[in-house]
Amino acid sequence: MMREGGGRRHLLLVSLVSALALAIVPLPTALAPYRPAWVPLVLIFWALMAPERVGLLTAFAMGLALDTLSGALLGQHALAMVTVVYLSIRFHLLIRVFPVWQLSTIVFLLLAIYEFALFWIDGVVGRSVPIIERWAPVVSGALVWPLVLGYLASVRQDTQTRI
Amino acid sequence: MNAVGGIAGTLGRRRIPLGLRFLLISIVSASLMLLDHREEHLSRIRQAFSILVYPIQVAVDLPFTGLRWAARVLSDQTALLEENARLKSERLDVNVRLQRLEALGAENNRLRAMLDSSARVSDRVLVVEILAVDLAPYRQRFTINRGLNDDVYVGQALLDASGVVGQIAHVDLFTSEAVLISDPDHALPVAVNRNGLRTIVVGTGDSSRLRLPYLTNSADIEPGDLLVSSGLGGVFPSGYPVGRVLEVHRQPGQPFAQVIAEPAAQLDRDREVLLVWTAEDAADGYGSTNAVETP
Repeated sequence: MMREGGGRRHLLLVSLVSALALAIVPLPTALAPYRPAWVPLVLIFWALMAPERVGLLTAFAMGLALDTLSGALLGQHALAMVTVVYLSIRFHLLIRVFPVWQLSTIVFLLLAIYEFALFWIDGVVGRSVPIIERWAPVVSGALVWPLVLGYLASVRQDTQTRI
Repeated sequence: MNAVGGIAGTLGRRRIPLGLRFLLISIVSASLMLLDHREEHLSRIRQAFSILVYPIQVAVDLPFTGLRWAARVLSDQTALLEENARLKSERLDVNVRLQRLEALGAENNRLRAMLDSSARVSDRVLVVEILAVDLAPYRQRFTINRGLNDDVYVGQALLDASGVVGQIAHVDLFTSEAVLISDPDHALPVAVNRNGLRTIVVGTGDSSRLRLPYLTNSADIEPGDLLVSSGLGGVFPSGYPVGRVLEVHRQPGQPFAQVIAEPAAQLDRDREVLLVWTAEDAADGYGSTNAVETP
């Protein structure tokens, strides 16, 4: 029991750090606006599949890390992230039984809420962001969601059966 | 950090209901933003966080640095010889110009001495590398590999081989964030090299375009004019090229002309930039953003 928890926590940590790294890896200029929002995607996965492992404080910490990395207002990504993870945890029993394409739709909505929170805060502070850069990550995020889901679920299964 | 967050989350969950915790953390986030927006209250906290995420930045940058290193190691001898020859001829060319410049500098100092104004001390520079780390694509910003450890300060000027690049916006312990002159929030006092006309250059968000919004229709400015930093803001040293005027649109009904310029520096292609400590900063020991430069 103890070792199983350790293995899963390890995977959780690795997936979160990888998501942060993916969020800042330089992409070709043409692709850069379509970078999926990796950190909320991974957090949504954990919030749906293992809400006992990922809490609001984890989301808060990840949001602050993203704020620091991207030079945004401290707390901006944190607030958006906490909102999305709260919704995911609150409704995880309802959502996680959906088939993949319905899950993608839900993820699309969650990411839209995430981006809207960022957009709203940017508006209050007075930073303007081009429209495509703002909403493209929502679409690309929903599109890569099945991959994230499949990959993390399979890795997670592995660690659970192995230990 | 995450593990601690997870543990604290599981411990806290038993006592406080989820909705209430959501509310509390949201309030904390909102107050953080409020404090951060009111300038620099949180620079200590930000620096602490930046140390935690620094390994991630280094890890992301590492493959790119490794690739460039490999390219250098594996480049063949003929290419090296060619490059060497090219560099030698370039050096010769630059040296010839430098001789002229030295004579001019000496003459300038003599003239300044006659006019009783202080001679300009040369600026100290340091070559810094831009980390291969992407911040939000729509923000004209980048991260460099020097921070508080190397006496970098907020407002310090960045140059490259051909002109002004930007200035430092945030300083962390090992890294700093710089704003390019093409950032929409960035303004830079310049002078037209041809006639000394002073104005302000504002970024557009496009790294190949700058705007000069404060020129009247009657202002003496033409496409092709070179803009140099005027040093009036106290941030940038004076006399470095900023850009070249591309288009001038004069509309009779409008009070201001629409002037577009192209930055002199290669804002989107730089890998290495120069950090500048101007002579005044060296005298102060530590620079401040609103120091007034002596003429």
